[in-house]
Formats: sequence, structure tokens, C-alpha cells
Amino acid sequence: MSALQNEACIVGIGQTPFLRGTDDDCSSSLRVELQACEAAIKDAGLSNKDIDGILPFYGLSIAEDLAVNLGVRDLAYQATSHVGGAGPGASVANAANAVVAGLANYVIIPGGWYGYSGRRVRQIVVQDVNAMSGGKTARDFYFPFGLTAPVQWFSFIARLHMMEFGTKPEHLGAVAVAQRKHAQLNPNALLRDKPLDMAGYLASPMISDPYRMFDCSLEADGGCAFVVTTKERARDLAQTPINILGIAQGQPFPADDILTREDPFHLGVTDAAPRAFGMAGIEAKDVDFAEIYDPFTFQVIQQLEEIGFCERGSGGDFVADGGIELGGKLPVNTHGGLLSEAHVLGMNHYIEAVQQLRGNAGERQVKDAEIGIVTGFGDFGDGAIAVLGR
Amino acid sequence: MTSTDTTTAGKETSKPTPQMEGTTKEFYDFCQKKELRFQCCSNCKQWRHVPRLMCAECGSWEWQWLRSSGRGKVFTWTVVERPMHPDFVEDVPYAPVVIELEEGVRMVSWLSNCDPHEITRGMPVEVEFDAVSEQLTLPKFKRRNNPL
Ligand SMILES: [Zn+2]
Repeated sequence: MSALQNEACIVGIGQTPFLRGTDDDCSSSLRVELQACEAAIKDAGLSNKDIDGILPFYGLSIAEDLAVNLGVRDLAYQATSHVGGAGPGASVANAANAVVAGLANYVIIPGGWYGYSGRRVRQIVVQDVNAMSGGKTARDFYFPFGLTAPVQWFSFIARLHMMEFGTKPEHLGAVAVAQRKHAQLNPNALLRDKPLDMAGYLASPMISDPYRMFDCSLEADGGCAFVVTTKERARDLAQTPINILGIAQGQPFPADDILTREDPFHLGVTDAAPRAFGMAGIEAKDVDFAEIYDPFTFQVIQQLEEIGFCERGSGGDFVADGGIELGGKLPVNTHGGLLSEAHVLGMNHYIEAVQQLRGNAGERQVKDAEIGIVTGFGDFGDGAIAVLGR
Repeated sequence: MTSTDTTTAGKETSKPTPQMEGTTKEFYDFCQKKELRFQCCSNCKQWRHVPRLMCAECGSWEWQWLRSSGRGKVFTWTVVERPMHPDFVEDVPYAPVVIELEEGVRMVSWLSNCDPHEITRGMPVEVEFDAVSEQLTLPKFKRRNNPL
């Protein structure tokens, strides 16, 4: 049994409004990250000075910037994992480790950006990939050939799956449509007032074939944060603690090159999922809902397969016919996800999972939700998965 | 890290270029000589791309740059209908492809003599060299109409 199993919990969550357009100074993400931290600390019933661990998101505000503003005078622990969108999950592992081992008592995990009003992910240039894990491969062997954006390199894998297993555009569309339905039940979702059906999905313009516009996540301005502590300390705090039952990370090999892998469908989460389920002592069938990091629609199908919710190759059928909608076999991205709520780095997936397990998800509440998973997906398929329970 | 070079066609380009250092420079220096070469482990004879300092199979630090036949097949591709990077606006629609070479290695490249919408899986291709500037020649591929 792992020393971390069911020992740490999420005790506070916070977020800013999610926007597309703001008057804020967008040159740094610090403001939205601080606002989210403030809200999460308050939600937990703590004060800023109680925080003694900060786990910043790679490439965003560093711990010092956050600490000097929040007034954290005794910063006992800080760490960052270079795994892009798998960062929140990596930080959950790190936070659980830190509080259980006694390196820190109350650890905060922030993440936010001006992903719409500042510079956008679609506009990444060589200077940005230099900062990514795997960036040198992209810089030297992808960019010169016009392969410059995530929508392009992930579309290669989607096409491969379509050729190999007969996955159809309508299967990708089923993910987009399901998540948009969920967004309509979520007051925070940017696309709550914009219904989408399959015809609307198929009519959206092609970006990087087979990816259309509605296969792509929604660049947004906003931040989220959450606080992790031990089960024991959680007893004295304001909220029902949400337990971290299992947590694990993984990386595909080679991590820096998505296109030459022997098995092109193998992701970090392929290896991480059995580790996290093992730690939690559960199986895929025990999961009541899944918040799956969704940069693009196919990456949802791929992760569902690789985690083991269905066989590899059958993910298209799994998501069709409402399979991942509320009331379906496995509700996925109940907030609308990065596709239809907002792209807030997958931090919003943790906020949603906690809301579901607290029973606070309003119209989109999964009935009797007891166990949920949250995945992260970064760079060229780095993975993280948390099993959360109440 | 974009450079402003003059292409052989005499047209200004600012397309992104590889950082010419270490094994990346070695790879592209061969392309400059119109040779497509990949690392092959001196110990276990495993071919590899992208270039590495060590063989991931056996741990050897020794390699040779062996010449590829330049022939391969389309493994997967995308058709970029909407440009993301400002330097590729004029190229749309274009198709970055992944080529699987006869030696077993895969590489990202570009298919030049084929309508992006006509690309098929397994389409036979062969390398051709595009001198995009005085300093850089890119290995691109063309469709083989009469595959042997
Ligand atoms: Zn070797």
C-alpha cells in the first residue's frame, strides 16, 4: 500500500471568472493567479499566511512572485514539473508527498493565464518551444517543415487512429457535442449560451485536417488554484475535504518526439492510470465521472482508451450516442472542459471534480458521485491522473 | 530564432530554421550535400532519428551517419487549411507528413509534388533536397509515380 493513499486532500478551490477579453495588463499571468489563490485560501477557511508551500505552473508566475504578493513569509516548499498540461496532476503528487512527509502543511497549486487577450497558444514560435520539454525536437525537426502548432501535431495522431480503427469525424464530433451540452449547464462556461449539434460541428471550418474549429480548445483568460493538506489538518477547515485516493504520472517514450514512437498511441497516462488505480485500490468501472484534459477532441478518445475505460480502437463507439454525456456510461468533462468551458490549463478540471464530489455542481451534478478522475496531458503526451473521492 | 535569408529563388524568407549546433548541424550538413543520413548505433546497429548522444537500445555512445536510400512511405499527415505560424500563411493548404523510410526510421517532412488532398497512407515517396537558403537545405519528399 502506498504511503500516499488517501492521506492528503483538496480543501479549498478558487477561480477567477473565465473571459475572452479583459482590460487587465496581460503581460504577466500574476494577477489572475493571485486572484485564484486568494479565493482558494478563503474557500479553505485559511489565511494567506498559513500557506507554506507553492507549486507554480511551469512557465507562469514563479513561487517568489506569488509569495511576496500573498505575504507568505515562511515558504517551506516549492517545486515545478516541466510537463505542460500534466503540470497540475504532477503538482498534486508533489503536494501530497510534501504534506504527508511534513515538508509543508498547506500547499497551494495555482495556474492561470491570459490565453485569449495575451499571446495565444496557436501563435507559438520557436522561442516558445525552446521552453517546452521536447521543444528542441520541434524546433529543429518540425518547425522548418511548417509543423508549428499543437493542433497540427496532434491531428497526425487522430488521423492515424482513424486509418487504423475506422474512427470517424462524427466520433470526434460526439466529444465536442457532449462537452458543449455540459457547458450549457455551467454558469462559468464561456460557451454556455452557444448550443452545438453534430451538423454544426461538421460545418465548422477545417483547421488542420482532420481537426475542425470545434475540435479545438477555447483560448481564454482566467486562473484557478487549489489547496492541499493532510487529512488530519483538513478536519479543522471550512469545507468537506476531497480525498486524493490515488495519483500518478507517466511519460511516453521518447517524450520529446510524438511522431516517431514505436507505438504512436501510447501516452503518459497509459502507464500512469494503472499506478493511480492501484494506489486507490479501484478499477475503471468504479469511476463515476472523468475530467479528461482535452486540448482537442481526439485526445479525449485516446485517453479514455489508454486509461482502460474501453479497448484501444473502440473509443469512437464509447463516446458516441451520449456515452460520455451526463446520464451516460461515464460522464466526461462535466463542466464543458477546455473545449467549451475555457482553456485554463486543466486547472479547471480539478475545480470541477471537487465541485462534483462536494455535491455543488448544480444542474450538472453527477448523481451520487463518489469517485472521479482528473487527467492532465502536456507537451507531446506527458500524463498525470488523480483519483479523487469524498 | 528565425533568420532572414535569401533563398535560391531570390525571395526573402523568414521561416523558422533549425538551431545549427551539435548533431542537428551534422544532420543538416549532410542534407546540404544532398545526402539523407541517419545515426546508426555502432554497437547494436539500430537506426535512429531524431539524433541522440546515446543509443536508447543499448546505451552505446558510438554511432555512424549511414546513408538512407531516401525511399519510404507516407505514415501519417495533416492538411493545414488555416495557418498558425505567420511564416506559413502563403503555403496554405500544405501537408506536413511523417515519412517511414525503408530503414525503419520516421521523420517529419513535406510532400512537394502532390495535392495535399490526394495524399494516401502508404504512398511511396522519395527524398529530394530543397535549398531554402545558402545555409540550409531541407530534406523534402516527392511522390514516386513508378514505385519499384
Ligand atoms: Zn545500440
